[in-house]
Amino acid sequence: MANTQAMCTSFKVEILGGVHAIGTPPTRGSTAKDTFKAALYLASATVNAATTAYNASGEVSGAGYSPGGITVSNATAPTSTGTTAYWTPSASLTYTGVTLTTAFDAVLMYNSTQADKAVAVYTFGSQTVTAGNFILTMPTNDASTALLRIA
Amino acid sequence: MITTTKGMMDEALLDKREGEVDNDHEHTRWVEYWHEGELVHRSVHVHLKEAPALFGELEKF
Repeated sequence: MANTQAMCTSFKVEILGGVHAIGTPPTRGSTAKDTFKAALYLASATVNAATTAYNASGEVSGAGYSPGGITVSNATAPTSTGTTAYWTPSASLTYTGVTLTTAFDAVLMYNSTQADKAVAVYTFGSQTVTAGNFILTMPTNDASTALLRIA
Repeated sequence: MITTTKGMMDEALLDKREGEVDNDHEHTRWVEYWHEGELVHRSVHVHLKEAPALFGELEKF
């Protein structure tokens, strides 16, 4: 037998599950899962790793789109394969019946339960939508492609 | 029938244009409907293939 230095895979999964509070934990009103939302951003905006929370500046606007975006479906618990913890929303992000005539190319996922704190930014080819739908289908929920992965 | 900027319209009256982009990051398809030279409907479906991973690292001591 030999000892191996490692970040425990169980810890990675538990980070995604909110089990550990190394810093001062937030005050939680219940034991329910947090609500995550997804907002779209113009190609001219600046959302990136430095983004700390949802901000309406640079967000798309247009008929059928509500500021703040849509709620992310979260019916799948974080899990792991090998030494990678991961999680992916359980359904596509679907913006139905919208008109977004200014080009957009990013979606910000954020925690609306915890003061709109930012989670991640995902980019794609610049798009517009006219009296139509914008559907963002999630990658396969596995250790190689999941939307959130801690390797 | 297609939802357009001019209300519901018969697809037969519209000029349909489609396109797609497929790369390592995404597979995106879009469909447009034009009426008398005007874009009246555009829908987009983006399939994200992979998201960047966060790497947990340990400092050695």
